[in-house]
Amino acid sequence: MSNLLQLDKATIRFGGLTAVSELDLQIGRNELVGLIGPNGAGKTTAFNLITGVYQPTSGGIAFDGKSIVGSKPYLITARGIARTFQNIRLFPSLNVFDNVRAVFHLHLHGDIRHALWRGKGYHAEEKSIADRVMELLEIFQLGKFRDEPAKSLSYGDQRRLEIVRALAAKPKLLLLDEPAAGMNATEKVELTRLIRFIREKFQISILLVEHDMHLVMEICERLAVLDYGIKIADGPPAEVRKNPKVIAAYLGEETKNEDGG
Amino acid sequence: MNVRHAKTCLLGALALCLVISCFADRINGYWLNNLYDIGISIILAVSLNLINGYTGQFSLGHAGFMAVGGYTAAVITNEFGALNFLAANGVFVVALFAGGLAAAVAGLLVGIPTLRLRGDYLAIVTLGFGEIIRVVLQNVQYVGGARGLSVQHGWTNFFWVFGLAAVTIYVIAALVNSTYGRGFIAVRDDEVAAEAMGINTTKYKVSAFVVGAFFAGIAGGLYAHSKQFLTPSGFGFMQSITFVVMVILGGMGNMIGVIIAAILLTLLPEGLRMLSGVNHLGWIGETRMIIYSLLLIVLMLTRPQGLFSFKKRSH
Repeated sequence: MSNLLQLDKATIRFGGLTAVSELDLQIGRNELVGLIGPNGAGKTTAFNLITGVYQPTSGGIAFDGKSIVGSKPYLITARGIARTFQNIRLFPSLNVFDNVRAVFHLHLHGDIRHALWRGKGYHAEEKSIADRVMELLEIFQLGKFRDEPAKSLSYGDQRRLEIVRALAAKPKLLLLDEPAAGMNATEKVELTRLIRFIREKFQISILLVEHDMHLVMEICERLAVLDYGIKIADGPPAEVRKNPKVIAAYLGEETKNEDGG
Repeated sequence: MNVRHAKTCLLGALALCLVISCFADRINGYWLNNLYDIGISIILAVSLNLINGYTGQFSLGHAGFMAVGGYTAAVITNEFGALNFLAANGVFVVALFAGGLAAAVAGLLVGIPTLRLRGDYLAIVTLGFGEIIRVVLQNVQYVGGARGLSVQHGWTNFFWVFGLAAVTIYVIAALVNSTYGRGFIAVRDDEVAAEAMGINTTKYKVSAFVVGAFFAGIAGGLYAHSKQFLTPSGFGFMQSITFVVMVILGGMGNMIGVIIAAILLTLLPEGLRMLSGVNHLGWIGETRMIIYSLLLIVLMLTRPQGLFSFKKRSH
């Protein structure tokens, strides 16, 4: 079976700066891949390329066998790529329930006319959406907060809600942008469990951008390492950990002598 | 707001308007006129609330949309002579609808720049649009130019004003409270996140403008056939500001608050004017616009989240 996501020499330049250079990246179905690298390595830029926020200067990006270069972000989401944000971006004035419900318009059969006419079909559909939203919220123990404004949740719950909201889009590929940022050790353990659970329960692929090496090493099957926009390693965590280029990128000069091997 | 039985509420409101309308000739003409102004203000404020309040696009061109609708409807009805009751109302509805459609087209044209602009920049574009409409009307002799256009028929009545106000409230509440309509608020809250969650932000922003403008156009038609005289200067920048103030005062995206604010702000200048007749309070009448402005400043300072917004908790 073909790869779910395939980046083919994807490159993006901002003026003279090449933020991501000829990135080749494959993600298989139900695979959990980590994208790591030092600060400013181009991880988030790579994310923005995949989700259509930026368009590649050259190279190709294919999802589910079809090119998504030039597609608008909302169309890419509809195709099956959902994401979370490094700095949580919920809809602050909507409550927890509505934050998730807003995403369900992707699965609506009725349109604006249904909403205005409010016939039987409309109420049936709204009811089924409400059930599905609650089902999702309950899976992640957020059901009890359904009427709370999203901004009043604790930091960890907000992170979780953002993941639930992304899952409501029924993605085939979930992109998590530094989900462990700002979490303490206990919360990180919880998050590790959560990511594993999502993958098993929803049978989706996950691409994880993360700074926390411990977390990434523990849960990812494969790691791709970026440095200055260039992929310097790609393989199982154990292998990547020993890769001299990776060590050089993270720790600098000490391994300079070994570089080139 | 419980919208489960929204359609029943709408029908009830329409029936009530019809009944009151039958007895409207017993209401003193001055007050009836004030009531019409209130109803028209409600339509304008609620429709602007969709654009500014729910979708978070700062529009300063609502009077422009109103002018497009008003002039369109007036030009159509002026083609007709005296008509019997049924024919008059039939023509009136068609004219109002045409005015709404013309304004909606204008809304589409203004909505397109919103794809690229936000905040202050969008406000400037919509402000420019309103001014363009005013200047164009001033120079088109077919509609009277700066001298104004007299409207032959005073067909606006209680039923049309408040019936259409009820329809406006229903449409916008139904829209925003549906799963489809949560997208408007999502766009306001965080455009980037909305786009990433599969929401076509462009479509939502343009729809907000089109729907908002449509109802502003209808309000314009009602206004035209209530005052029976239109001048371009009546649809200036200050008029747009008044509607924005209604939305802000009522609380952005707060339907009930905006309706109450529309009522208050329409009555306030009239109320202050009436005080000028009272012996020792004559000075209030003379300085009513100053008092009006001061009141607005005080309200904005003390309740910036909107006069009728109680939802916000301390955080």
